[in-house]
Amino acid sequence: MTQAFRIENGGLINRDKKFSFKFNGKTYLGYEGDTLASALLANGVHLVGRSFKYHRPRGFFGAGVDEPYAVVQLYRNGETEPNIKATEQELFEGLEAKSVNCWPSVNFDIGAINNFLRIFLPAGFYYKTFMWPKSFWYRIYEPFIRKAAGLGVASTKHDKERYEHKYEYCDLLIAGSGPSGLAGAYAAAKNGAKVFLAEDKPRFGGSLLTSDVNIGNQSGKDWAEGIIAELKTMPNVVVKNRSQIFGYYDHNMLVMSEKVSDHLPSTKKYHPNKRLWYIRAKEVLISSGSIERPIVFGNNDTPGVMLSSAAKEYLKVYGVLVGRKPLVFTNNDSGYETAIEFKKHGVDPIILDTRKNPESEIIDEAKNLGINIKNSYVVVAAQGYKKVKSADIASISRDKKQLGKIENLKCDCICVSGFWTPTIHLASQSGNKTKFKEEIDAFVPGQSKQNEITLGAANGVFSLDETLKTSFKAASELSKKITKKDNEVVIPNVVEKKSSQHDKFWCVPLPKGKNYKRFLDFQNDVAVSDVEIALREGYRSIEHVKRYTTLGMATDQGKTSNLNGLQLVSDIENKVVPAVGHTTFRPPYTPVSIGAIVGREVGKHSKPTRKSPMHEWHEKNNAVFVDAGIWLRPRYYKKGNENLFEASKREAKNVRTNVGVCDVTTLGKIDVKGPDAAELLNRVYTNAWLKLPVGKARYGVMLREDGIVMDDGTTTRISENHYHMTTTTAQAANVLSHLEYYLQLVWPELNVNVVSTTEQWAGAAIAGPKSRDLLQKLFPNSDVSNEGLPFMGFMEGYLFGVKARIFRISFSGELAYEVNVESDYGNFMWEKIMEVGEEFNIQPYGTEALSTLRIEMGHVAGSELDGRTIPFDNALEGLVSKKKDFIGKRSLQRSAFTAQDRQRIVGVVPLDKQTSIPEGSHLVKDDKAPLPNPKLGHISASCWSVEYDNPFSLAILKDGKKMIGQKLFAMSPLKNKVIPVEIVSSHYVDPKGERVRS
Amino acid sequence: MLYINCPHCGMRSQNEFSYGGDASVKRPELNKEISDQEWDNFVYNRKSLRGKHLELWQHISGCRQWIKVERDTATHEIFRTFKADEEVA
Ligand SMILES: [Zn+2]
Repeated sequence: MTQAFRIENGGLINRDKKFSFKFNGKTYLGYEGDTLASALLANGVHLVGRSFKYHRPRGFFGAGVDEPYAVVQLYRNGETEPNIKATEQELFEGLEAKSVNCWPSVNFDIGAINNFLRIFLPAGFYYKTFMWPKSFWYRIYEPFIRKAAGLGVASTKHDKERYEHKYEYCDLLIAGSGPSGLAGAYAAAKNGAKVFLAEDKPRFGGSLLTSDVNIGNQSGKDWAEGIIAELKTMPNVVVKNRSQIFGYYDHNMLVMSEKVSDHLPSTKKYHPNKRLWYIRAKEVLISSGSIERPIVFGNNDTPGVMLSSAAKEYLKVYGVLVGRKPLVFTNNDSGYETAIEFKKHGVDPIILDTRKNPESEIIDEAKNLGINIKNSYVVVAAQGYKKVKSADIASISRDKKQLGKIENLKCDCICVSGFWTPTIHLASQSGNKTKFKEEIDAFVPGQSKQNEITLGAANGVFSLDETLKTSFKAASELSKKITKKDNEVVIPNVVEKKSSQHDKFWCVPLPKGKNYKRFLDFQNDVAVSDVEIALREGYRSIEHVKRYTTLGMATDQGKTSNLNGLQLVSDIENKVVPAVGHTTFRPPYTPVSIGAIVGREVGKHSKPTRKSPMHEWHEKNNAVFVDAGIWLRPRYYKKGNENLFEASKREAKNVRTNVGVCDVTTLGKIDVKGPDAAELLNRVYTNAWLKLPVGKARYGVMLREDGIVMDDGTTTRISENHYHMTTTTAQAANVLSHLEYYLQLVWPELNVNVVSTTEQWAGAAIAGPKSRDLLQKLFPNSDVSNEGLPFMGFMEGYLFGVKARIFRISFSGELAYEVNVESDYGNFMWEKIMEVGEEFNIQPYGTEALSTLRIEMGHVAGSELDGRTIPFDNALEGLVSKKKDFIGKRSLQRSAFTAQDRQRIVGVVPLDKQTSIPEGSHLVKDDKAPLPNPKLGHISASCWSVEYDNPFSLAILKDGKKMIGQKLFAMSPLKNKVIPVEIVSSHYVDPKGERVRS
Repeated sequence: MLYINCPHCGMRSQNEFSYGGDASVKRPELNKEISDQEWDNFVYNRKSLRGKHLELWQHISGCRQWIKVERDTATHEIFRTFKADEEVA
């Protein structure tokens, strides 16, 4: 079949460029400029899928974003994407798509059995049926529903496409490039405003592409093309097609998804697939137009029933006839426009108008063309299963309650028009309380909430002349306010046909004895009867009716169904529509790819990677890295076939016996300067700081106001008014904010400045009994003896000519130093340490050995300072001053924090001295106690003690002080382990701390 | 996303800021004897107001200044912003 339904000439497609594409495995031809929908229709394909619940045959209902049926699975460039509307997907060479919701095929669908069982599948069916018995849910109901339902399948492969985010600021953002959008953009641009014009379709112009109007002696389409061409030349204007503004957020921030590559067979090199725009606009002009709404009648979901505006668009934009024997069913003049287009292309339509005696220029034109018009007539039901074959029609009484004798009329499509629904989603999302406009039976925006204005059809104005006038004027004024320029724009003369009042008729009554399904929501198979059931069962709020029946909840978000649903509720409840109210419009207006939302923050790019200046050296020396916050740190340095356990043991052992070096650049560093620096430290830390001499370091603990330990670290007095504070790697940013909070808000009288210097210094910890010997060789001109540089001492020296800071501090419990140089010299320092250290058997050690060394010594770290412990719990109460006040001190007086049996840090050793205890294990008294077994504490950190060559752990244990010597069980249900353990002191190695002072 | 007028830097998007809670809370003076109740009020007890609320934000990816923001918690409307040391009238 070769495009049998394509007319010979006309349309905006490029007939010089033919594309071949596949649908459900069959090959077809189309043109550049087609959508998948228009190309299929050109080939006479109307059956594209099955409905969600009953698996009824589905065709095309619309021609754009409102499409409820034609949702397909798309295959492009080796990838697949679900939930693609065939009416929006542009055709490209080699496109492949498949129907969804059908198994085994679209022509024979087993799920369609639901259709015959539909009496059992009314509103709320899922809620009622699948509730009981509970155990059936996971095993039977849920898998069944999952298989039967759903709109396509998401790819399980990694998405190779790239998505970008972009921020934009503009004076005037215009959503939609129909007549009001173009007029608005043009007027504002002429006033010099920064204008951003977004159009979701590939072509600009909106309704001007299909309407038979004349603007300034040109066709609407030519006028639109002229305006766009001029806007594109203006430096203050951005125009974007294929770009859907889908959300209106706070403070005039709108978000737009731009389809950069979806219309191409594959994404061009260096191009994204989609681009997500965050646009902050001073003013927003919503010109999103309107969507035709259907009239509800029997079997109105049969393929071949479609919106009359869609039929017109297929004809005028794509040159495609949706049928050769069209029936137009309308309650307003729009149907006539479609009929006239058919007639102009040699096809004889029949018009059924629900009105008795309408008169207008358009109707006169239809009459003059000799079109068969039946007044006071309705379609009672469509006939045909996979395609409309005929229609049962009847006359209807004045009160619209009585049907005349039913006649059958042969036709191959039914084009339906139930008047127009303004697209008010963006206005509503901005917070605008919408109002019901009686004359058009629809909601329009009310009072502006943010800086937004809605114009044209989106505001319920369907006259082109009025739309252009109001839009030119509004945009001129808005832009004048911003740019202070007032360049007059001549408003062109408009020729359009006047239309007559529409009929407030939306649903055809059922004929006697017939029980046709009359659908409201086509994607979710919600029929009139479903809403009736919901109301009968007591659901009143429209929000509840929506959720119970799923009306308007599918991917089309009820763009064609919401108002008819409201009409129905209002009819049954005997309320006016505004009293029923509409459901909330929430972003996104159309489905947005998750990839576009995520942008480029995927995989390694989900966060920045920070590397120390010595990173390359680590890499060259077989370091295995670990993520420490956003830093990459060496976890261990692999020698030969070593694993983590063997390597870290070797590295830790070497620190205990010789000397090791560890990259500690990642530690947070904050410069604290000013005459009141000591006073600040004294208030921030729990211990006393006023008397720390220059050249000395001190360990400090800081609390939050609630008494919980926030961080710990050493701070060194570099000079009179200058301190160098260190924080843990993880808390560096929080501690800086914390200090700034107190300095700026609580104690602004303190004359202190703080600034992060983390990245300014490279740090190396040199630890082990031979560390002093090494240091002396590194700094031959400095006195680093025990007297010259005692424990917690600080000095400056020159490392082969490079100025360095030397701190005698220890995290490993060994005699140890930390050397800092400016970052640029970090690698130089490291290489010198390794070179000079060779004779002392130096080895680098990673975070795993670092942990082992600190755990053995009972030094606390992040796993103990976990946001739940106070100083006492960490055996740090000796650092809590009784004399002075500090942040969080008052909280320590709370009874829970002074309880005698409070949790406290202890050491834990397995009785067999063999079995490592998993971190997170619970400590219990009796391993056989019934569940839940009372928990006494938990294992916070575990290591293999290199000092004693057996496992050792730290734990936070209730009444820990009294528990030393007790035998308990460490239980890890996660690892299925029960380990008998003994509680010991947390200071497992060198409890008196002699080594660090040696 | 909110658009916050940093009194030091001008209009900036919310993602440059971090939230710091109720700005009307005053930390008790150091070394002052206070009751458990007063201390708990300072540390824990907050009114979850609907409507106009004075709150702290830090311009963390900007000037790093703590500022006060008068915001409607229901509509997100921001009325005024103040420097840390500015009196809110
Ligand atoms: Zn700022």
